Amino acid sequence: MKREIVKFLILALLVLVVPLLLKGGYLMNVLVFVGINTMLAVALNLLLGFAGQISLGHAAFFGIGAYCSGILTATFGLNPWHAMAVAACAGTVLAFVVGFPILKLKGHYLAMATLGLGIIVYIVFNEAVNLTGGPSGLSGIPNLSVGKTVFDSDTKNYYLIWGFTLATILLSLNLAHSRIGRALRAIHDSEVAARVMGVNARLLKVRIFALSAFISAVAGSLYAHTMTFLSPASFGFNFSVELVTMVVIGGLGSIYGSLFGAVLLTLLPEMLRTFQDYDIVVYGLILILMTMFMPGGLVRGIPAMIGAVSARRGNGGNEHA
Amino acid sequence: MLRLEGITQVFGGIRALEDVSFTVNGGSITGVIGPNGAGKTTLFNVISGLYTLTSGNVYLDDRTITGFPPEKLAPLGVVRTFQNIELFGQMTVLENVMVGLHTKSTSGIIACAFKLPGHLREERIIRERARHWLDFTGIGELAGTVAGSLPFGKGRLLEIARALALEPRIILMDEPAAGLNSRETADLAGLIGRIREAGITVVLVEHDMELVMDICDDILVLNLGRKLAEGTPREIQENPAVIAAYLGEG
Ligand SMILES: Nc1ncnc2c1ncn2[C@@H]1O[C@H](COP(=O)(O)OP(=O)(O)OP(=O)(O)O)[C@@H](O)[C@H]1O
Ligand SMILES: [Mg+2]
Repeated sequence: MKREIVKFLILALLVLVVPLLLKGGYLMNVLVFVGINTMLAVALNLLLGFAGQISLGHAAFFGIGAYCSGILTATFGLNPWHAMAVAACAGTVLAFVVGFPILKLKGHYLAMATLGLGIIVYIVFNEAVNLTGGPSGLSGIPNLSVGKTVFDSDTKNYYLIWGFTLATILLSLNLAHSRIGRALRAIHDSEVAARVMGVNARLLKVRIFALSAFISAVAGSLYAHTMTFLSPASFGFNFSVELVTMVVIGGLGSIYGSLFGAVLLTLLPEMLRTFQDYDIVVYGLILILMTMFMPGGLVRGIPAMIGAVSARRGNGGNEHA
Repeated sequence: MLRLEGITQVFGGIRALEDVSFTVNGGSITGVIGPNGAGKTTLFNVISGLYTLTSGNVYLDDRTITGFPPEKLAPLGVVRTFQNIELFGQMTVLENVMVGLHTKSTSGIIACAFKLPGHLREERIIRERARHWLDFTGIGELAGTVAGSLPFGKGRLLEIARALALEPRIILMDEPAAGLNSRETADLAGLIGRIREAGITVVLVEHDMELVMDICDDILVLNLGRKLAEGTPREIQENPAVIAAYLGEG
């Protein structure tokens, strides 16, 4: 438990000092998105990594948070913080409503259902032109502000969003190490045994789906007020797959893994601009390779690999001696 | 204490159970025996709410629990183990038993996420109780092991420890001795005795006749989904219908 606290404090410290090292610049802008993607990956991991329930449509909740916040502020002039609260509620309520019927499904069927949800929501973003501006986008979304401070620069947004991201990580870590976290992992390993132990698997799955949607919608709202412009392309199938890839790369059920996956998959495309059009192919390949060779994710897999290699070295040494 | 009334379970064309009535006395050890495919596991699945039974009734102390799902039976004190062990394979042995204490705690998502004081107290108690049940079943030293890597015999014990953590009134064990060597079986017999002494009613499905005849007070014999006989071990051993069924099978 002590080690957990130290780990988290190191992360928080890192988050604080990175901007001082970078002294502004383009990378700050990228790090803002790393923060948002980390929130999303952690949120998805609660569902996918802990409860073992796939969602191929999580970009929908991100998008609903973003568009709710965007429309309520840009079109209806609501205070951005109030809009964020409404957006978070909207995402959560939708998750509850669709969660009850679709989380009854298992495996491929659940994947299909969530995929369908993602597609429907994406179509709505495109077609509800009066509200969303359709494919040409929604602009004029105000920045968030606290008192006289308006979050209108990359550095300010960085601190704002990483505040939310760190809170998401901390609360998720707490949850993971609690009876709820154990119940979720139990459902993952054997739903029937979990139920026999008195875990209301059906309800808990829906509640964790809703929590995941809540966090995703908040992330969406933050995204809207940071970007001040939205277009449906950010909330499509590709992004849902990217989120799943982040979770899988980092390791199912590892909160820090999701952070790592989000950092990697957000920074990587920035460096490999040439891959831009093939990103979905690259994600697909990563997913296949990870599930084949490192199903525990990089955060668990690399130490295990190093352990295995050094063990082999150790054995070799003994044979020679 | 547990009363079955006209239990019938039909799968498509298969009548897995037909009109089975039986009463389990509180504080007893009851054995359910019968050839392969007799319907023993199906009977457990019906009682523990995994199947919706075709017709019949299940009573716990005259209160009907027919059709209750397992998560509703757990707080009433009805728990079971599985013929093909169902552990939480990626969790540690201790965590497995801690899940068994799920109904003994109430902290919700928010209390857990924010580590509210009540939740921390609960967590401490859960950990203590879980250790107690590991020691009770004699696998205390394995607390930190990942459950999926346990040898078979230890896995069976862990399943029992996890079920006991609920502090059930009645525990249904589906072939707890299957795959155990003779020493492990003897230990298991001792453990079942101590479970009964703790005031928990035991029902077990078992193929190990020596074990069943040794520890059971009452026996229910199923054959082809029907009740073939019931009685004390002595009565069952002398029952011509039972002898015929078992000889016929052999
Ligand atoms: N879910 C199911 N769907 C269809 N048939 C089933 C189902 N469960 C059990 N059966 C059938 O019911 C019959 C009884 O099976 P059951 O598993 O209860 O036997 P058993 O007495 O536990 O046998 P064993 O000693 O081999 O464990 C079998 O013919 C089996 O094929
Ligand atoms: Mg069976």
